[in-house]
Amino acid sequence: MKEVFANNYKWLLILTLIAALLFPAACNRNPPTGIGSIEVLGEWGGEELASFQAMVAPWEQQTGGQMSFTGTRDLIAILTTRVQAGNPPDVAILPTPGLMTELAQEGSLIALDTVLNMTEINQDYAQGWIDLGTVNGSLYAIFMKASDKGTVWYDPKVFAGNNWTIPETWDDMIALSDQIVAEKKAPAAPWSIAVESGASSGWPATDWMAEILLRKYGGGVYDQLVNHSIPWTDSRVKDMWQMFGTVALTPGYVPGGATAILATNFQDGTYLPFLTPPGAAMDYLGDFTAGFVSSQFPQLVAGEDYAFFPFPIITEQYSGGVTGGADLVVAFKDTATVRSFVQYLSTADAQAIWVERGGFTSVNNKVSPNDYPDALTRAAAQQLTGATLFRFGAGDSMPSAVQTAWWAGVLSYLQNPSQLDSILADIESVAQTAY
Amino acid sequence: MCCPRNTIAGEPVMGNPLANLLARRRNPGRARNSRRRNYVHWLWLLPTLVFIAIFLVYPVIDTFVLSFMNADSTASVGLDNYAWVFTNGAAQGSLLNNVLWLTLFTFLAVGLGVLMAVLTGRVRYESVAKAFIFIPMAISFVAAAVIWRFVYAYSPEGFTQIGLVNAAATGVGLPPIAWLVEQKLAYLGQLLPTPLHTNNFALIVVGVWMWTGFAMVIISAGLKGIPTEVVEAARVDGASEWQIFRRITLPILAPTIAVVATTLIVQALKKFDIVWVMTTGNYGTDVVATFMYKEMFSYQNFGRAGALAVILLLAIVPIMLINIRRFRSEAQNR
Repeated sequence: MKEVFANNYKWLLILTLIAALLFPAACNRNPPTGIGSIEVLGEWGGEELASFQAMVAPWEQQTGGQMSFTGTRDLIAILTTRVQAGNPPDVAILPTPGLMTELAQEGSLIALDTVLNMTEINQDYAQGWIDLGTVNGSLYAIFMKASDKGTVWYDPKVFAGNNWTIPETWDDMIALSDQIVAEKKAPAAPWSIAVESGASSGWPATDWMAEILLRKYGGGVYDQLVNHSIPWTDSRVKDMWQMFGTVALTPGYVPGGATAILATNFQDGTYLPFLTPPGAAMDYLGDFTAGFVSSQFPQLVAGEDYAFFPFPIITEQYSGGVTGGADLVVAFKDTATVRSFVQYLSTADAQAIWVERGGFTSVNNKVSPNDYPDALTRAAAQQLTGATLFRFGAGDSMPSAVQTAWWAGVLSYLQNPSQLDSILADIESVAQTAY
Repeated sequence: MCCPRNTIAGEPVMGNPLANLLARRRNPGRARNSRRRNYVHWLWLLPTLVFIAIFLVYPVIDTFVLSFMNADSTASVGLDNYAWVFTNGAAQGSLLNNVLWLTLFTFLAVGLGVLMAVLTGRVRYESVAKAFIFIPMAISFVAAAVIWRFVYAYSPEGFTQIGLVNAAATGVGLPPIAWLVEQKLAYLGQLLPTPLHTNNFALIVVGVWMWTGFAMVIISAGLKGIPTEVVEAARVDGASEWQIFRRITLPILAPTIAVVATTLIVQALKKFDIVWVMTTGNYGTDVVATFMYKEMFSYQNFGRAGALAVILLLAIVPIMLINIRRFRSEAQNR
């Protein structure tokens, strides 16, 4: 009997402790403003999470609210499971719009038109961004932390030294490439292209093609390919491959030719224009290239020793086309806290905090260009906020099986360009089962 | 008496199947009387049987069933998946690559293993030499593949070569070669039919490097077991060293070599790690295992992946049967 008593006391003690621990938390939960704690689900961790928390800190101070962030690398699986279980987070930050559309259509998301001040939103964001967040006439997502894939990297000093001008159109770009090959200066080759990336080898080339497709045939055809309403054997799709082939396979354009493209890691490929002596004049890859270059060559100055120019215009009509990516903020619960939180995130003041910390491109027009840490990120932000025709990277918006088939197709094409038709037929057969 | 506590005067006691079995063996006449109680040993086997059923038998049956269904296993497609494996170009390529692995990898690893075992057996620094040859076996497959990626690393002509092979090649004036990408014959530029590609050979070299040590150690142990009297008798009769090797050593070693060879054949059939880490099966280096992985996880086609798994299983079964049969005959000879 003694032992039982002892046990009971022990339990009592534990319960008291738990209650004592919970009590302050319970008090915090209901501050007088009606703003409580909020759970955000996203992919960020490390540096990115620290920046996000810094961005949220003023909101927490002003409102007394509390943000708890659940970070996961397996966002889609965890989010869909939680939504199905009826236990969604308050707010989620999604990496691609496809999931947002699905969730909005099944009615899991809160329409933001009623939550946000739409006059402000319409002033702050380009129509293209609002359209991307709209499903069936209602706004479901605001965009932040965008990335720009319309960037061709080069060394401004090398260009100036060789009297090369930045090409504005595709034809100019090909003419410049021929000129570089003919002149045999340093660098003797116009292009660095590298597609090796382990299991996802091939993706840099699919970025090339997506940019070509958007700028040559516009958003309509681009969307049709992404949604598979035109087949991969379509003549315009084939044209996209061949235009990429013009750059990748013309002898002399890329040092080492197709073999080097296949054998070189995409990150190593970005170093070529900045070696001494330079190995190539230009490298097309997204704005994250700045990070690779700055960590490999810490002595180089952004904007002076390395910079980018916008991908050249192919069809005048689609000159404002940019491919890239962006994170979407979506809300699952309609509470005062969520309203206040999402409203806050959409503002330029909030986003400027992360912009200043670096690694964040805002698509909010009100964020001052001066807030960006250097000229390059500023230029990328201007290209994005001014984009009249923004599209998410084509591969990322497709079913993963089709994306993988596209990557694999690139590798076959570079080795055997004459088999393009059968490569396209292969991707088409994957697409037919995937959609 | 092994278990005096459970056995009273040689009478088997329920609850100890080992004792039961021993008792049965010793007194076959009594077995009939105790058959009634024999269900007990099934009880003891139950955990193992349950595990085998859940983790081996059920997945095999399930894979077999899936291989006759479509990509998301919602409808039956008959033999379509198998037809696809044998008609699709990429799938055929992976099958042929596996055949190349099977023959070349096994032949080279066993051949070099015998050679090294015989040669190292005759020198004073035997253990040191063997250790060096065996070390690759102790490295994880992924680490070895990463090491060899560096060995084969390629930069275009005119750039600094960081790869050992290409640095050596450019050092003597030869052009660098992208060993893991190039399908044409190195330096000759000819394209041979499917499995005979430069990059396949480059990958097989890595496999051989890893497994020669294993073959050498086992064969060397067999070599040590050859009675010296036999060799000495042959020598007295005037046999040359080659004759001794050919007529005495090899025949005595044959069962050992067979064991090593079957192990390596099974390895070659399920080869995945080296190919996956070094080329991810790209540039025409896919083997069945990597191809199956891609069909399963990249293309989410459970039917085709299932068909490939079944084909792989069927290819391994005869080798396992041969192995089991030999183990049995060896057990009988003992």
